[in-house]
Amino acid sequence: MREKILTFIEKNSRVDLKDLAIMLGVDEAVVVNELAQMEAEHIICGYHTIIDWDKVGMEKVTAMIEVRVTPQRDMGFEKLAERIWNYPEVDSVYLISGGFDFMVTIEGKTLREVAQFVSEKLSTIDSVLSTKTNFILKKYKDHGTVIAERAKDERIQMLP
Amino acid sequence: MRDPLSKTIVTIEPSGIRKFFDIVSEMQDAISLGVGEPDFDTPWHIRDEAIYSLEKGRTFYTSNAGLKELKTEIANYLDRRFGMTYDYAKEMIVTVGGSEAIDIAMRAMLDPGDEVLIPQPSYVSYLPCAVLANGVPVIIELQAEHEFRLTAEQLEAAITPRTKLLVLPFPNNPTGAVMEREDLEKIAEVVIRHDLYVISDEIYAELTYLENHVSIASLPGMKERTILINGFSKAYAMTGWRLGYVCGPAAIIEQMLKIHQYAIMCAPTTSQYAAVDAMRNGDEDVRRMREEYDGRRRYVLHRFREMGLSCFEPFGAFYVFPCIQEFGMTSDEFANALLQAQKVAVVPGTAFGACGEGFVRISYAYSMEDLKRALDRIEAFINDFRAKNKE
Repeated sequence: MREKILTFIEKNSRVDLKDLAIMLGVDEAVVVNELAQMEAEHIICGYHTIIDWDKVGMEKVTAMIEVRVTPQRDMGFEKLAERIWNYPEVDSVYLISGGFDFMVTIEGKTLREVAQFVSEKLSTIDSVLSTKTNFILKKYKDHGTVIAERAKDERIQMLP
Repeated sequence: MRDPLSKTIVTIEPSGIRKFFDIVSEMQDAISLGVGEPDFDTPWHIRDEAIYSLEKGRTFYTSNAGLKELKTEIANYLDRRFGMTYDYAKEMIVTVGGSEAIDIAMRAMLDPGDEVLIPQPSYVSYLPCAVLANGVPVIIELQAEHEFRLTAEQLEAAITPRTKLLVLPFPNNPTGAVMEREDLEKIAEVVIRHDLYVISDEIYAELTYLENHVSIASLPGMKERTILINGFSKAYAMTGWRLGYVCGPAAIIEQMLKIHQYAIMCAPTTSQYAAVDAMRNGDEDVRRMREEYDGRRRYVLHRFREMGLSCFEPFGAFYVFPCIQEFGMTSDEFANALLQAQKVAVVPGTAFGACGEGFVRISYAYSMEDLKRALDRIEAFINDFRAKNKE
């Protein structure tokens, strides 16, 4: 049941719980309880909205920053990651395999703001060896959702 | 001038939903629940494989019966999913959709005057195909009280000394009815006793919501009497690719292959390469789509019951078939009134045979938002109608 609920709400977290219960063929109380339980267990970590900010006319700059670090004795990657994620400007932090260690995404209002954050905050952390900032030019798809206009239903409307 | 037309073709009726199609396509912001194909896009990895085959220049005819690679995959699939063994080399043809399979099966098996039993309501092709193959269609009217399953009694009652073929259209379009193993066992017993053959159209086999689909061909003594039809359209959302397949006894397949060879040559090559990938890597897509359909199915059924419409629970395909008799209109009048008043298009049950009277077909191959909007409108239509009747 959990897996089914999660599959549904992963794509549409705003689904009416009554409808969701009908679709799954269970009582609404079951869905409500499972959701509460999964929130408590931090299986469900949050409910977010995918926004095409360009359409609102809000200027936003997003950068993906590759960060190389030397993990410190007694500190490891966890502590370092925490130092990075504590900045509110930081949107996500991933530990990465390959040529660098962390992928950090940062959202700011302007290029300068992002650049400043990287040079003044991120690069100055003791264990950080180097950073490489990649600015995002256009977002096509996010969280499995295509940002561009939805395709129209092109099927023939009456078919036996 | 002489009459250019054959006497047979002019007896065949054009499709009954044409006029609705014309109205709907002219109407602003109408919602149609009249589509008989999946709303999903063909999974990308399947499309990608088709593109790759084009890049590789695989644009030639394939052998008449289809790519060996595809036929072996189909044989694997039938074994894996339904526990049936077919010899890909002798017992299988890849066809242009399930539709071609229906046509060539009837043409290969019927002599003038042979009777073909066609349970209705059912898909619109069986009857014309039987007529064009010089057969005599005999309709069996399925009953709502049996959840539109075919019963052995009904079958028995329709059999005459001229009966040769039974069409078994389950999971069913338009009713959504399924036949379970016990139902099929009873049918098989009658079929064997009367020495009949079966054309089992299982195009919706992957879309069942009760238990795994059972093919009549998998029952003892039935493989040698059954022409099994399936395809990629519904399970893999590949309607436009026009690709299906037919399996059956080698002696029948051999004759069907002649018609296919002379009339069609081979199924589209690009589609066949795409289908190889569907068979190899598509199980998860099918499962995901089936789960979505199932959720919508429950939702639509729930809404109809809330509206107080009588509707049996369909366990297959992507249709529900509610009864509209309480409104004192024919299916056609109901569909028309609903379209005019609330701009929702549904298909009258009579499009699938006269015994579809009193029912309409609702397709749930639509997004939840569309379904919700359409059902709200249907609810408003019904409430208006009931309020007016009270006055």
